Amino acid sequence: MAIKKQHIVFIKAAIWLLALLPLARLVWLGTHDDLSANPVEFVERSTGTWTLVFLLITLSMTPIRLLTGIVWQVQLRRMLGLWMFFYVCLHISTYVWLDYSFLWADIVKDIIKHPYVIVGFSAFLLTIPLAATSNSYMIKRLKTNWKKLHQLVYVIAILAILHFWWLVKKDVTEPFYYAAVLFVLLGIRLYYRYLHTKPAIKMRPTNAEMQTHQAK
Amino acid sequence: MIILNQSKLNPSNIQPSEITPREVFDNRRYFLKAAGFGLAAGSALLFSTKVRAAAAVSGGVTEGAGRLIGRANGPVVAEKMAFKAGTRQKISGYTKTAYGEGEKLSKYEDITTYNNYYEFGTGKADPAVQATLFRPRPWTISIEGAVKKAKTISIEDLLKLAPLEERIYRMRCVEGWSMVIPWVGLPLASFVKWAEPTGNAKYVEFISANDSLSMPGVRSPVLDWPYTEGLRMDEATNPLTLLAVGLYGEYLPNQNGAPVRLVMPWKYGFKGGKAIVKIRFVEKMPLTTWVKAGPSEYGFYANVNPNVDHPRWTQSSEKPIGGGLFGGRIKTKMFNGYSEQVAQMYAGLDLTKNF
Ligand code: HEM
Repeated sequence: MAIKKQHIVFIKAAIWLLALLPLARLVWLGTHDDLSANPVEFVERSTGTWTLVFLLITLSMTPIRLLTGIVWQVQLRRMLGLWMFFYVCLHISTYVWLDYSFLWADIVKDIIKHPYVIVGFSAFLLTIPLAATSNSYMIKRLKTNWKKLHQLVYVIAILAILHFWWLVKKDVTEPFYYAAVLFVLLGIRLYYRYLHTKPAIKMRPTNAEMQTHQAK
Repeated sequence: MIILNQSKLNPSNIQPSEITPREVFDNRRYFLKAAGFGLAAGSALLFSTKVRAAAAVSGGVTEGAGRLIGRANGPVVAEKMAFKAGTRQKISGYTKTAYGEGEKLSKYEDITTYNNYYEFGTGKADPAVQATLFRPRPWTISIEGAVKKAKTISIEDLLKLAPLEERIYRMRCVEGWSMVIPWVGLPLASFVKWAEPTGNAKYVEFISANDSLSMPGVRSPVLDWPYTEGLRMDEATNPLTLLAVGLYGEYLPNQNGAPVRLVMPWKYGFKGGKAIVKIRFVEKMPLTTWVKAGPSEYGFYANVNPNVDHPRWTQSSEKPIGGGLFGGRIKTKMFNGYSEQVAQMYAGLDLTKNF
């Protein structure tokens, strides 16, 4: 399916607006005193959930290509990944500021003592180099290393699921659903890799994506 | 609820779930109207959490209706229901006490919409919505085990065992948040005296209701039902230990453990079994629900202790509910600040091991 460049611009603008909705919702609920009895927990969970959702959406662009042969959506991958980074930044800010009021000693203790926080924190640290290199300059500079570096996203995804799994008290239904989605997404890639025996996963930016950068 | 209770139908022939309460019926009209708004209804879902809460407080709606409201363009419907089906009932004749004088109370709305009560779902907002089919009357509690004579007591008689008192207690959840709740109840000690345990009674076991019809949560095996809690005899007869039957001067809302629940303010909240149906005096330490669920995380004692961390949550500080987004945390106190009344019971016990 061919899609014109101005369509991509339009789609990207639409994603921008949609991606801001979860934040807009929190602001709205917050200004209407409607964030439940425990607003900090509410915001922490909401931003955490949206981080994971954007991560999974980002990871689904390539499987869609593999399954359908449609390629244009792969150009959205980088932008979606950056939205995930946006929400994880809100998530950790909520934690550091609203939850722990910048009490660094308590934060350090909480991170090292609790497996689910260590895992979440590691996932966050790993997203930093990915976000930092998500621009055309770094893509060109790192060449094939860019692809290798960005394979970290799989590690991040697995850590994120563990983070969710370990933080729920007893009812793992919700993390299970997210884990199942990740399992399917990774399964599709592995299956295609197996089909082609040689690595078929395209982590490098597509030509179309490169063209959009050059056009900027 | 109102309809179900007043109905002349023979209740044994008809499952409550088969009856459409009038509220639901009436409100279908509202629901349709709301649905007509289309986008508006969608954004109501996105932009309000209060609809659920309001539906919850209203009581007297079926689980289905609660969900319906939660999803419809809520406020109009929910308010109407709160007005019609309000089941809040004042308790007459309880005395105020000095317990917790001067503490700032958590809001009624927070206490009744933010609950851990897995029999009605694992989300904090679930119980308020899902507990509406639950019926706290008629109610009897059976007393078994190491007692002079096994017997039962109705909730009405229980209410007369001792004068009802209001006590303001801090409640600290193992998850790191806390509230201040004005309970109404009677000392468990007076109940124990009435139950006449024998010399073999070393522990008391509390068993909660486990009714899959009115408690949707027990249909899923998240915990080993029925919910079971326990206390050592000296803990059970400690003057602080309360059999609560109300809060804020009213009979307990279903989601808070109606008709009768335990409150031990120096222990994490999960020790306080709700909707108690059976009390058993035993010789051996009972195997309680959360200990069964995670023996490395939850202990039998579960005393609030800022020095013993939980694998998931920091216990040295807590988040008071009601502080809003920027309220921050406060330091957690040993035995939740009730050391004076309870510390002597644990002298010589290694609280790191017996957490
Ligand atoms: C890639 C990184 C991360 C992802 C994908 C992520 C995702 C999530 C998710 C899905 C939830 C649960 C939401 C729910 O219960 O519905 C959550 C909760 C939470 N996360 Fe993260 N998280 C990440 C990083 C972090 C970091 C760096 C921290 C702190 C250092 C953190 C601390 C927390 C806390 C404290 C909660 C709330 C626990 C609770 O109150 O139930 N997370 N996160």
